[in-house]
Amino acid sequence: MVGIVIVSHSQKVAEGAKELALQMASDAQIAACGGLKDGSIGTDMEKITDGINAVMSEDGVIMLVDMGSAIMTSEMAIEMSEDPDKITIVDAPIVESAVYGAIEASIGSDKEKIIDVLKQAKVQAKF
Amino acid sequence: MAVNKKDVLVFIKAFKEKMKEHRQYLTDLDQAIGDGDHGINMDRGMKAVGEKLPAVEDKNIDDILKAVGMTLVSTVGGASGPLYGTAFMRAGMKMKGKETLEAADISEMFEAAIGGIISRGKATTGEKTMLDAIVPAKEAYNKAIAEGKSITEALTISEQAAWDGVEYTKTIIATKGRASYLGERSIGHQDPGATSISYLIQAGKEAAEQA
Repeated sequence: MVGIVIVSHSQKVAEGAKELALQMASDAQIAACGGLKDGSIGTDMEKITDGINAVMSEDGVIMLVDMGSAIMTSEMAIEMSEDPDKITIVDAPIVESAVYGAIEASIGSDKEKIIDVLKQAKVQAKF
Repeated sequence: MAVNKKDVLVFIKAFKEKMKEHRQYLTDLDQAIGDGDHGINMDRGMKAVGEKLPAVEDKNIDDILKAVGMTLVSTVGGASGPLYGTAFMRAGMKMKGKETLEAADISEMFEAAIGGIISRGKATTGEKTMLDAIVPAKEAYNKAIAEGKSITEALTISEQAAWDGVEYTKTIIATKGRASYLGERSIGHQDPGATSISYLIQAGKEAAEQA
């Protein structure tokens, strides 16, 4: 199953998005990597690396990011990982992508299919 | 006059002291047009570097710079982590095998650091970022060396060019980073990243002066 890593400056945002996603797909492999070690706002390389390792499998990992250092730190974590080709940062909104991504992953969609779905989610009108 | 490992350590420690000294100032600048954590983040990152240094002081210059970079990316917590981290790591990689640094090596470190910041942050000059200080600083350094000036003189001129770049950032709109969310409201404000990187060059100048 494709793993999902959620990287936000906010621990609450990452954990909240994970919680919503698990409601729809309770077996999804999701790592919430938000905030610094003490829970304050920021992005933490070690949390992100641990998250990747926790949900990595043969099927790879997608990373959902909010802005700025979430993207840059995730890129560096990928560069330093053992399987950089298996990990993709997706340009799509975090909350919706966590939910859609979890559903797709849990029904066995591969990484490319999930990325396609999330790109749609980015442009879809909310109402 | 060449720069050796001892001087590189002086440089790093001087930057650490400056990030501690100017923590509030950098945070205030970042409060105006950002998320108000630049000073806090840089102080935290350089404190962690200070704690790491004893373990790497015996290694070569390239390993020391790379260790600084890795520590920063792991502890700063904001955009400056990956940006300064990549800058130090790329500068370090360029200095592989070197035990003393000549004027041309410092020029290469500038180039590598700038290249790292650009590839990591995907900015260019004119977007109100640290690049608006370090790029003019590099150009001023290279010009001074070409005119036959010493490393110390060149870094002194380079530091001034960096501060001039900081002044320039006040006049432009931010199109990168958190400040870019503020749009026109970012005009008139000094960029915190350009400010901290000017202190980095100042630390380099001071290290060269005592070498």
